[in-house]
Amino acid sequence: MTQASGTPASGEAPVFYEVDEHPHPEGHSTMLGFWIYLMSDCLIFAVLFATFGVLGGSYAAGPGPKDLFDLELVALNTSMLLFSSITYGFAMLAMEKDRVKVTQLWLVVTAVFGLAFLSIELYEFHHMIAEGATPQRSAFLSAFFTLVGTHGLHVTFGLIWLVTLMVQVGQRGLVVANKRRLMCLSMFWHFLDVVWIGVFTFVYLMGMLR
Amino acid sequence: MSAHTTPAADHGHDHAHAHGHDDHAEPHGSLRGYMIGFVLSVILTAIPFWLVMSGVLGSTTATALAIMGFAVVQIVVHMIYFLHMNFRTEGGWSMLALGFTLILVVITLAGSLWVMYHLNTNMMPSVHDMRQMP
Repeated sequence: MTQASGTPASGEAPVFYEVDEHPHPEGHSTMLGFWIYLMSDCLIFAVLFATFGVLGGSYAAGPGPKDLFDLELVALNTSMLLFSSITYGFAMLAMEKDRVKVTQLWLVVTAVFGLAFLSIELYEFHHMIAEGATPQRSAFLSAFFTLVGTHGLHVTFGLIWLVTLMVQVGQRGLVVANKRRLMCLSMFWHFLDVVWIGVFTFVYLMGMLR
Repeated sequence: MSAHTTPAADHGHDHAHAHGHDDHAEPHGSLRGYMIGFVLSVILTAIPFWLVMSGVLGSTTATALAIMGFAVVQIVVHMIYFLHMNFRTEGGWSMLALGFTLILVVITLAGSLWVMYHLNTNMMPSVHDMRQMP
């Protein structure tokens, strides 16, 4: 079968290529592909962090971090995202044991924490904009809203994805395809928490030190 | 046999799935791993917030360096305990992609800050400080 054409019949025929296609099971490269997507996403955030690093001190005589940031609120927000990370981990552990109900329950808890994070962030943005600290006010605020807003947008899409997967798991159970999707979202969700470490350190905490 | 079975092995009735792709089915960690990661993250988050809010270190530079150090450690903790990164997943390709990305991130961040800092200090006369403008 795996015989190269035009080889002498004597002895063992050298095999130059495989005629039979070797199996590529569905989804066998999904995790690596998704990881590479996350790395490209990481580059987006790196550029936004660099922009914030350059423009973070350009207040244009407007309000600075000390006038705007409430560290207690940021600490609460950080804990919401961290809680959602660990509850997603619990969902993955339940998924491994094929417990559909428990998995769904932890996914709901994760969604609630994610929603709490988004609500607090939107409250903070609303508060800032109501005070006149809009993205148009200064380069610092443009960079701030772009960086933190992009992260918030990622969390929003993660939440939409999470709800979609809960519907999928509800309809078809923990089939292999759904497990693969949940694993991808797991990486996405934990990655967003990693980016948030950078945000609260470089934007909020370092901002208060400027 | 180990008690931990991967999902690929669970549903690996076809030998094609198990063949040559054992390294792809990565473990999702254990309850213990997640709890260690969580507790470490809480500690590594609480300390920098406390340092900045109380200002115990006195010097701004020392506080900045300390919180950056805590951030780096916490990112590594997340990578290990939540993202389950190691040199074996995907035959090392995940780690290679991460390494390449980190190089690009360092070049982007360090390059931007370095170049723009010098542009600001060398090309902008200090008399035109925006704070003194009407």
